[in-house]
Amino acid sequence: MAPVLQDSQPWVEKYRPKQVKDVAHQDEVVRVLTNTLETANCPHMLFYGPPGTGKTTTALAIAHQLFGPELYKSRVLELNASDDRGINVVRTKIKNFAAVAVGSGRQGGYPCPPYKIIILDEADSMTEDAQNALRRTMETYSKVTRFFFICNYISRIIEPLASRCAKFRFKPLTEGIMSTRILHICKEEGLNLDSEALSTLSSISQGDLRRAITYLQGAARLFGSSISSKDLISVSGVIPQEVVRALFAACRSGNFDSANKEVNNVIAEGYPVSQMLSQLFDVVVEADDTSDEQKARICKKLAEVDKCLVDGADEYLQLLDVASNTMRALCNMPEEFSFEN
Amino acid sequence: MLWVDKYRPKTLDKIIVHEDVAQNLKKLVTEQDCPHLLFYGPSGSGKKTLIMALLRQMFGPGAEKVKVENKTWKVDAGTRTIDLELTTLSSTHHVELNPSDAGFQDRYIVQEIIKEMAKNRPIDTKGKKGFKVLVLNEVDKLSREAQHSLRRTMEKYSASCRLILCCNSSSKVTEAVRSRCLNVRINAPTEGQIVKVLEFVGKKEGLQLPSGFAARIAEKSNRSLRRAILSLETCRVQQYPFSNNQAIPPMDWEEYIFEIASDIMKEQSPKRLFQVRGKVYELLINCIPPEIILKRLLFELLKKLDAELKHEVCHWAAYYEHRMRLGQKAIFHIEAFVAKFMSIYKGFLIATFG
Repeated sequence: MAPVLQDSQPWVEKYRPKQVKDVAHQDEVVRVLTNTLETANCPHMLFYGPPGTGKTTTALAIAHQLFGPELYKSRVLELNASDDRGINVVRTKIKNFAAVAVGSGRQGGYPCPPYKIIILDEADSMTEDAQNALRRTMETYSKVTRFFFICNYISRIIEPLASRCAKFRFKPLTEGIMSTRILHICKEEGLNLDSEALSTLSSISQGDLRRAITYLQGAARLFGSSISSKDLISVSGVIPQEVVRALFAACRSGNFDSANKEVNNVIAEGYPVSQMLSQLFDVVVEADDTSDEQKARICKKLAEVDKCLVDGADEYLQLLDVASNTMRALCNMPEEFSFEN
Repeated sequence: MLWVDKYRPKTLDKIIVHEDVAQNLKKLVTEQDCPHLLFYGPSGSGKKTLIMALLRQMFGPGAEKVKVENKTWKVDAGTRTIDLELTTLSSTHHVELNPSDAGFQDRYIVQEIIKEMAKNRPIDTKGKKGFKVLVLNEVDKLSREAQHSLRRTMEKYSASCRLILCCNSSSKVTEAVRSRCLNVRINAPTEGQIVKVLEFVGKKEGLQLPSGFAARIAEKSNRSLRRAILSLETCRVQQYPFSNNQAIPPMDWEEYIFEIASDIMKEQSPKRLFQVRGKVYELLINCIPPEIILKRLLFELLKKLDAELKHEVCHWAAYYEHRMRLGQKAIFHIEAFVAKFMSIYKGFLIATFG
């Protein structure tokens, strides 16, 4: 890859921690890995957790710290979902790479332990067959190769693989940690962020640091060096609270046509419906004057519709269905349809 | 040339409808850097126009000299090689393509083309950008695998390649891709804005627009600017000078669905269902997308129903549309919806009138 221009680099890459000890908020992981660095001994590892918590960063950082820039190319194989990782690749590429033995010996101040590392990023998108093909490979070559699996959902990794690894859960970042990182970046980039904007940023990014930094960069590019919380909301794609409340109020009114109008409006304004559902969910759960039963009815529908949307169903029809169901729940209309036979 | 293309604003400064977005985008690219972008919004809201204007702003007039190419790729997929053909639209600075045209093999396209572009990185001389832009249309139609393979590729080649993604609904784009882009929401223009544009077009063409005429077109256009301009042109062809109460011709497929709706309301019997099937087939043969048919049919039916029935009908519309998406043949599901509606409506009539 050609050398990267500093200024045209996304901040996410620019401020990616280069050393394991700089990774924020994942104390246990950092402790284990620092130990690894000292003893140069490490098990197979499985990193899992929500996006933007530092899994890939940690894996890359430890690989760099173990081997240094010179040996990195020959000792580390990084594969992610954008590379082909079918069963064939596992049988040929990974196996061939894993089979090569390497010597040890410190070089240029790096530990350079006598094994290679294979990083499988986004491992949960590997097929089950491909994962199965890895099982024996992992054991046979465990003397000379270590595997790092990185995934969002541990349940998608087959049990035999998971049981061969030391598992590390990456926690979502707390608001405090996030603020420190963000403020650090703001200082480096010369940005002006007031405290209200900072807390907005933490809440809309929901513990995902990468998302927070992307929003920050987007807002900085669009609106210049001083950023308000409104700017952040507009780049993040979060729906303004008024719109959600308007839809909820229309449902409460019990008038189907006005709800239909609101739904049409939401679609025409281009708000993503999945986002609408999650924000509507927040409004419903917090609503004081709604009984638990009503809430349950609404939430059940929200869940069904969310599944439908994932399947690719039409947004307008699904949102209309939610609105109509919410209205029937709020106005205590019967749950069953009267003319269905 | 159609008016829609003739009056498409070429530069960010000339954009009337999404002025604020355009100004922000201009600010965005005046600095050297530009993040990946994701434009989303309903059709006819001006996403494409904005993207073209943005490219011109970045690269100057060179971005407008596009050539259509039919490219073939040979992709090595393990045991076999796959031949892929895809039409691309490219200039020296950008490539535009519709990866969803490749069907289920779309992920190979996404991987190959980005890697290829990243290899041929333009030389970073003064005044020229050191990256190319890849415009991907209809990313919401990309398969899950293709979207997955986009995510790391986007990061890896970010130095030499910028992506501009364009889609109708951002809920169908995975969170991972969305979080790597700067999301730009393009809302549908309001009726007032459409009127303004129509008057602008009318002035340029030297037309006399009777008062209220533009407003009527705007109202019929469903907040789609493209459709509004098209129907203005249709009206111009039909009759000019415009008379005050000139009818704005509806789309013929809409009229057809209106007929279907009234057929269903009049009689609920297997025989009628059979007739309706013929009509629905007619629409499908003419390439009206099935979900549009279902939506329009619901819209027509809702206009005629009592409030208590509306909930039920819209639930079933959503239900059958979902099933249609999972299934293969659209006609079954549209017909199932019609049959369901008939049964509900009949039940309602019997309960009300005995």
